[in-house]
Amino acid sequence: MSFLSGENMTGGYGGADILHDCTIGVEQGEIAVIVGPNGAGKSTAMKAVFGMLDIHEGTVYLDGADITALSPQNRVARGMSFVPQNQNVFTSMTVEENLEMGAFTRRDDFSGTMEQVYELFPILKEKRRQPAGELSGGQRQQVAVGRALMTRPKVLMLDEPTAGVSPIVMDELFDRIIEVAKSGIAILMVEQNARQALNIADKGYVLVQGRNRYTDTGAALMANPEVRRAFLGG
Amino acid sequence: MDDIFNALILLSNFVIVPGMAYGSQLAIGALGVTLVFGILRFSNFAHGDTMAFGTMATILATWLLQSWGVSIAPLPTALLALPFGIAATVVLCLLTDRWVYRFFRREKAAPVVFLIASVGVMFVLNGVVRFIIGPNDQRFADGERFIMKAREFKRMSGLSEGVAFKTSQGLTILTAVVVVIALFWFLNRTRAGKSMRAYSDNEDLALLSGINPERVVLITWTLTAALATIAGVLYGLDKSFKPFTYFQLLLPIFAAAIVGGLGNPLGAIAGGFIIAFSEVTVTYAYRKFLAYSIPGDWAPEGLVQLLSTDYKFAVSFVILVLVLLLRPTGIFAGRST
Amino acid sequence: MSQMNGRLRPILMFAAMAAALATVGIVQSWSLSLAILNLCLISAVMSLGVNIQWGYAGLFNVGVMGFAALGGVTGVLISTPPVMTAWQAGGNGIIISFFIALATILAAIFVVKRMAGNRLKRPLFIAVIVAGYFLARYFFDPAVENIEAVEPAKTGYLGGFGLPIIFSWIAGGLLAAGAAWVVGKIALGLRSDYLAIATLGISEIIVAALKNEDWLTRGVKNVSGLPRPVPYEIDLQQTVWFQEWAAILGATPVEFSSIFVKLCYGGLFAVVLLAVLWLSERALNSPWGRMMRAIRDNEVSAEAMGKDVTGRHLQVFILGSAVIGIAGAMLTTLDGQFTPSSYQPLRFTFIIWVMVIVGGSGNNWGAVLGGFVIWFFWIEAEPMGLWLMDLITAGMADDSGLRKHLLNSAAHMRLMTMGLILLLVLRFSPRGLIPEK
Repeated sequence: MSFLSGENMTGGYGGADILHDCTIGVEQGEIAVIVGPNGAGKSTAMKAVFGMLDIHEGTVYLDGADITALSPQNRVARGMSFVPQNQNVFTSMTVEENLEMGAFTRRDDFSGTMEQVYELFPILKEKRRQPAGELSGGQRQQVAVGRALMTRPKVLMLDEPTAGVSPIVMDELFDRIIEVAKSGIAILMVEQNARQALNIADKGYVLVQGRNRYTDTGAALMANPEVRRAFLGG
Repeated sequence: MDDIFNALILLSNFVIVPGMAYGSQLAIGALGVTLVFGILRFSNFAHGDTMAFGTMATILATWLLQSWGVSIAPLPTALLALPFGIAATVVLCLLTDRWVYRFFRREKAAPVVFLIASVGVMFVLNGVVRFIIGPNDQRFADGERFIMKAREFKRMSGLSEGVAFKTSQGLTILTAVVVVIALFWFLNRTRAGKSMRAYSDNEDLALLSGINPERVVLITWTLTAALATIAGVLYGLDKSFKPFTYFQLLLPIFAAAIVGGLGNPLGAIAGGFIIAFSEVTVTYAYRKFLAYSIPGDWAPEGLVQLLSTDYKFAVSFVILVLVLLLRPTGIFAGRST
Repeated sequence: MSQMNGRLRPILMFAAMAAALATVGIVQSWSLSLAILNLCLISAVMSLGVNIQWGYAGLFNVGVMGFAALGGVTGVLISTPPVMTAWQAGGNGIIISFFIALATILAAIFVVKRMAGNRLKRPLFIAVIVAGYFLARYFFDPAVENIEAVEPAKTGYLGGFGLPIIFSWIAGGLLAAGAAWVVGKIALGLRSDYLAIATLGISEIIVAALKNEDWLTRGVKNVSGLPRPVPYEIDLQQTVWFQEWAAILGATPVEFSSIFVKLCYGGLFAVVLLAVLWLSERALNSPWGRMMRAIRDNEVSAEAMGKDVTGRHLQVFILGSAVIGIAGAMLTTLDGQFTPSSYQPLRFTFIIWVMVIVGGSGNNWGAVLGGFVIWFFWIEAEPMGLWLMDLITAGMADDSGLRKHLLNSAAHMRLMTMGLILLLVLRFSPRGLIPEK
């Protein structure tokens, strides 16, 4: 079993089930990527792992402990951090205040963590007195990731971090994410840009209609001709 | 030359000084409305009556202090009683939240349901206040009435017009400055204040960051109660306390909050002064002012009053309408949804 | 079973209401019971008006008082005889200033519409308004002064059209509808709180105007002795057939005349109530009503389906306000006088809201029942509060300050009671006594 894993998850947002017996997992220091066509339940699978929807079958484990019944807030306390796809920064607050809010649950001195975030994203240090709402799309994503890192999480979950940013910014952002993973954090990510994402992934999950279709290492999926044809555009 | 000074003095006595004081009162009132709107996301119709409740509590404490012979003359005793009034109002607001609003919050009810609930609260408070202190006018200002009397000013300056500066006006302006600085310090510098702003900005993300919404709500009501009481007591010291007047203050206060942009504290302050000065300038009778500033026989007959004071609510309303037509999110963009 | 329950429940409730009124008739007096009934009928019409806005469309109108007052003043404007001397003194000035005001508004609209994008638009707009304002005041002020100088103790106003007062029920509805059109144009389509504040504002202004524009309404000097649509007690008492009737029923002519007049009013009001109720039910169950409710329940998807949400809202807002205006005119008719200072927001806005929510938002029968029940309690809460206070303070000495204070303050109990009822219903039975189907 992986460090973080959602096993055989079935459930949805109260209506019809969206996930069917879906299994997702990631190890510490690794990057796992969920890809698939639109409506495949990619984001839903990740939200299920984070406890944002009801799964009536299946179990979520973190570091060997069953956390299926915990609320998202309690999962944050256990070391999980989530970056939503939209509205993932406090637009009226400065970059620095965004990071402070990320560290809200911490009562110790978090200035060291903030320095680390600034080292990871130097542009944020430059703009730390600016309201996050005034930043460009790519910079906002950096703020969002930085905010999530402020709790010193063991697991970082990213919902389409590169949605709406230019290819150059995307590459840059992926580089940073690899860096974060190298520091020992487990990264679970949903991506629209499947090809680029699988390139950096240690593990890839291809979902179709809420079910696991292919599960393998990123490289193996990239090499798989069926996956290439059906999901990566040849 | 003296005429021009006299005209200016006249204007400061009847427009600028009262406008500053009234603007401060509205600004503090509007801050309360805007805080509740920013955090709890509804327009609190009970705010005027919350102000009335806080003022009533302060008046009762003032009477008690007076009966004990406690005085801080030349300042009004009410200032000493204010903490008691605030405490009582905080308890009241927290209880109403516990008994009324929390239920709807958990239900995730529509904003208009909160609005109606606040109307119910308004009713109850209205009854409570009238039940305890009665529906009539209460004056509770004691201590020195004037910082500067018009007569003294005339003697000092040798002009025929004077500026009277009431203690309550000076106190109002001073308190407003202190309250605003303290509030902004709290919102921008403290952990609790920042968590409030974060919650107001993006509720979901605040939850993801581990901010406890019930705590934010608690702080918001505490601040709102304090602001409402301060605004109410200052207004009461400056004019007089009458429960129905406080209900009617709802309109200019809401106008101030909307003009400034609902949910935006800075806007609430600007809005308060915009409404107050418009009201005072439009309802001021300019005859004497014109008599000084226009030479000779040109001075007009009649009061030269743009609008009778009976219609002062119309001023708030017209400004409100203009803002709604031209810029519905307010001058400082607030929330539009 | 539930079908049965659904039918039976309203019938039982209306029966209970009738029993309560009958109890008042027997225990207190029939005259009082009928007086309450008449105001119940008017309240029910008003409550139907608010229900059209809130129940059908989810619009929160906090200006019920203003629309009711507009209806109320038409009672004066329609029924009182014109004061010819006052018209001669200042009628022309008023008419001229009215047309100047109208021209100013049209010119201002013209500037806004035709000069879009022009840099001079705003200054010109302001210039037009300011010039129009002063020009109108130039004619208006002396005219007002002259009119108010005409026998101020008796008239001092222009008077009305001298028509039967019953016409004011129609005119009141039209006037309120006109005001609603203006407010709706401004505040609809924005978030719901803005409509609330705007209507609160307009109603305060309307009442302020009615109190202060003496040339039109006599202001706080009131207009009393409005002609009635029903016979006068004194005339009845002197008619032979009436005396005979009274004798048959075993009542004195004086007693019976008061009851008879109240019954006449009640009959007229009941006709209006039934007509409005019938039309409301027809409208609610028509395609129009279904669309309204669809918009109320999901504005976003209704808009996506190409419905003109703001336009529909304006329509329903005007209709509801017209009904409130009709009720306002009926009230003036019943009172036989117009007293601007009696228009208090608690009495005329918030009570009506309590009626609708307690009765059952969205259900016309519920609104009617709410109007009856709440008005009944509003009237009976005072004696009940007094009785309660008497009970509580019974142990205290007669000259006890607290006892006196409590007894004097019992009147304020009913505000509290209304608030509590509203809060309790909102929380524990948000769908009201007769829930929407």
